[in-house]
Amino acid sequence: MIFFLMRRLLQAVAVMFVISVIGFAIQDGLGDPVRQLLGPTATDAESTALRHSLGLDRPLWMQYLDFAGDAVKLNFGDSYFFHEPALDVIARYLPATLELVAASAMITLLLSVPVGIFCAIRPRSWLSRGLMGLSLIGISVPVFLSAMVLIQLFSIGIQVTLFPTGTGWGQWLNQLLSIQGGMPAYGRGNPVHVWGVWYTNFASWQGLLYLLLPALSLAFVMLPLFVRLIHAEMLEVLESDYVKYARARGLRPSRIYFLHALKNTLLPVVTLGGVQIGTLVAYTLLTETVFQWPGAGLMFLDAIERADMPLIVAYLMVVGLIFVVTNTLVDLLYRGLNPRVTLSGRAA
Amino acid sequence: MSFENGSPSTAWRRFRDSYFLYRLQRDRRAQICLLLFGLLMIGLLLTPWIAPSNPYDLAQINLLDSELPPFWIAGSEPGHPLGTDAQGRDLLSTMLYGARVSLAIGFGAVLVQSLLGTVLGLLAGYRGGVVDALLMRLADIQLSFSTLMMAIVVGAVVKAAFGGAFYGDYGVAILITIIGLSEWPQYARTVRASVLAEKRKEYVEAARVLGFSSYRIMWRHILPNTLSPILVLSTVQIANAIMAEAALSFLGLGMPETKPSLGSLIKSGFDYLQSGSWWITLLPGLFLVLLVLVVNLLGDWLRDTMNPRLYKG
Amino acid sequence: MALLEVEHLDVRFPLRHGEIRAVRDVSFALDRGERLGIVGESGAGKSVLAFSLLRLLSRPGRIARGRVRFEGHELTRLSDRQLRRIRGNRVAMIFQDPLTTLNPVLTIGQQMIESLKAHRRISSRRARSVALQKLRQVQVSSPEQRLAQYPHQLSGGLCQRIVIAIALLLDPDIIIADEPTTALDVTIQAEIIALLKHLCEKHNVGLIVISHDLGVIGRLTQRLLVMYAGRIVEQGPTRAIINDAQHPYTQGLINALPQMALPRQPLAQIPGNMPSLSQVPAGCAFHPRCRYRLTPQGQPRRDCSERVPEAVVSGESQVACHWVRELIATLPIEEETI
Repeated sequence: MIFFLMRRLLQAVAVMFVISVIGFAIQDGLGDPVRQLLGPTATDAESTALRHSLGLDRPLWMQYLDFAGDAVKLNFGDSYFFHEPALDVIARYLPATLELVAASAMITLLLSVPVGIFCAIRPRSWLSRGLMGLSLIGISVPVFLSAMVLIQLFSIGIQVTLFPTGTGWGQWLNQLLSIQGGMPAYGRGNPVHVWGVWYTNFASWQGLLYLLLPALSLAFVMLPLFVRLIHAEMLEVLESDYVKYARARGLRPSRIYFLHALKNTLLPVVTLGGVQIGTLVAYTLLTETVFQWPGAGLMFLDAIERADMPLIVAYLMVVGLIFVVTNTLVDLLYRGLNPRVTLSGRAA
Repeated sequence: MSFENGSPSTAWRRFRDSYFLYRLQRDRRAQICLLLFGLLMIGLLLTPWIAPSNPYDLAQINLLDSELPPFWIAGSEPGHPLGTDAQGRDLLSTMLYGARVSLAIGFGAVLVQSLLGTVLGLLAGYRGGVVDALLMRLADIQLSFSTLMMAIVVGAVVKAAFGGAFYGDYGVAILITIIGLSEWPQYARTVRASVLAEKRKEYVEAARVLGFSSYRIMWRHILPNTLSPILVLSTVQIANAIMAEAALSFLGLGMPETKPSLGSLIKSGFDYLQSGSWWITLLPGLFLVLLVLVVNLLGDWLRDTMNPRLYKG
Repeated sequence: MALLEVEHLDVRFPLRHGEIRAVRDVSFALDRGERLGIVGESGAGKSVLAFSLLRLLSRPGRIARGRVRFEGHELTRLSDRQLRRIRGNRVAMIFQDPLTTLNPVLTIGQQMIESLKAHRRISSRRARSVALQKLRQVQVSSPEQRLAQYPHQLSGGLCQRIVIAIALLLDPDIIIADEPTTALDVTIQAEIIALLKHLCEKHNVGLIVISHDLGVIGRLTQRLLVMYAGRIVEQGPTRAIINDAQHPYTQGLINALPQMALPRQPLAQIPGNMPSLSQVPAGCAFHPRCRYRLTPQGQPRRDCSERVPEAVVSGESQVACHWVRELIATLPIEEETI
């Protein structure tokens, strides 16, 4: 256990080092803080003086050490735009993103497991064929498109005028096929304020309503991947000896599917989940853009527009840290689920 | 799969008798996919001749025609079968031209990443040791960071460094480079795995005993054996690259609206979703899904047919 | 009435390229406490027969015809729920490879206790003590510790003992063991065979053992079925069949045993291979490999290639061969000619 944690820590340090070098390179190579601070009319003498006072005339490695030292102290400098510490800005925006991710992860989990299992148990039924076909298409749908389709359907609504409006049945059919819309699809509404910095959408109906479409669209991109994986793994596991043996022992089907088969299926699913965390973060950028969800992703994109370097760098470092932490958690979960892997890291 | 020695007739006979064709003849879905893919390719090659108008030619654009609906909705005009966008450009034409840009970036990015990944993968697998460890750790980190995230970060940095105008001129090249750089680990891993499998085989040992240089062994002996996994991977990666391009463009880190790809078309149309002109954004979106789906299905089928791991075993 | 009666059982696997008939017109019976062996080459349909008794066939296998009667219950007609009350409870199974039989991600204790709870209203504590008692019966060392362990932490022989303990958990009437020793080391095989025999005798449990190994079957069973290409070709007392096989196929099997070979003589093999179940020859399935397919004059016997033989009594066995009586009469002559 200790060995595993040590190795993980070492890896984490390596990853954070790489990311911090990237962050440093961005900060150093791109925005010229001197010009940012003084404006284009400054004289050479002025900028040299400022350069010196900021320590920008020293060798690169010393500057990097300064940067890394500040980063360890969680100091990434003040945001150019917000004029406050970059980390504070991120702390303000991050909860919205985390809630979005949590909600969509819940939807993904709650739907993909039963759907994947159902499709594996009843491979010949029309429903599972349809669901598997949908998942195949779903893999090819980008997240922003599913988001826009959701907006069109449930926020804007559809007025169908396909059938003749003059006749009663035509009007009835038109109305039947039309969708009213009206779901909120812009921003977070008025989240409820809890525990200091945290504003939550989970605490009120209205908040949940605002959360629904963004979370669904994010979930719809992850769903097909997970459904397909669970389905494939489940098909394999259901053919295994131990499932047949469980049937031969007269266990209830629910226990066989949801304990004996699912627990073995979950191992690769957990691994995929770990790999997908990075992609999920990328998708939050897209989803937040479509729904103008005021989370860290939207903040990051705005920071890019404004060339707000401290904020960009701080965001990258925070995301890197989140990757490292979640990957470690996923690893621990995998080890918890799989007794064949000991915590020292070797397969028994 | 080389046709170099042998007349065309034997090459044709070999193709005719191949397992590949045998499988194709038995798989209806693969036939449909191949047909669709062929039609799309022909359509995109012939776009300058078959598109109703040229969206880059300002003389052909009439701002008064903006936001016309597609043909099945009242108020459409026959000259614009799929309607027009907010600037009065014919939507069908912009979609076709946009798909050309998307596909060009997709192919280009896959070319870059496959070259980079194959070379690095060969190196890592064949040399082993420190080179291998270093390259593979780098690949691990990049993959755990997710290739899309990587592309977004690089794209953001490029944009912050050079400004938006730069994209107008060199958009295609930038995107090819970004996506190519961020996706190489997939290739490196695949190639490395095949190299490690091949390296142990006797013919490589024999070549080494005969005194061939390691480069010759790598290029002439090992590389040909990694071709089928590379081919399968490339198909999937083209679809991924098209998706990545669309995502970047949608975030404003890709092709500008003046020279739109499908992604930037979707982005520019998004603003008009609320005003009821859904087709400006959703039709290019559908086209994108169709393109990616067909490529993905072909990739699936290729993987099942060539089953690279099984034949390599 | 016998405990288990199987009549005219037919099992088929409808596939895209035609149907595979894995079990053809099989009938037999098992009395309480009786130990029955089913022997045959791999692909003869013995495992399919074993799994079909409890309707545990893999897709797309199905019982096309016939009856399986257990204590008067028609198992082919029971609902899934009713059948579940019999599986593991009245009729238990032992699979071939103990390491893949037990679920790798659940502890031994979990798997034993869930078996008990599936059929009895029993507290976890009580179930645990029953499990421990059964583990002791199969001579597993430090049973408390085993309950907390996972299958991969144990050896194959130990796992098979545990599988036997699980089979005994609910005091079944019948245990069906499919190649119970094939995956084990030879030294452990003997222990497991002795253990199974001892436990079945002690608790008066009926046993059906499937094996390709006549040695295993000979030590463990009282009665024997010989299967070939989905059919029973001979059935009778184990001792009688091994000492005096009637069917040409059984004779071939026994002559192929190393124990039967004369010193410095090659093992007598049956020429050819068993046909795959999708292309079984017409008539007697064995006739292309049978050394009696020709008359002493060298003429092919037409019945062998045209009619499926009925079982006839010969010696102490029932034998499905057209010429068995005639052959036995002429056997000494043939023996001389060899």
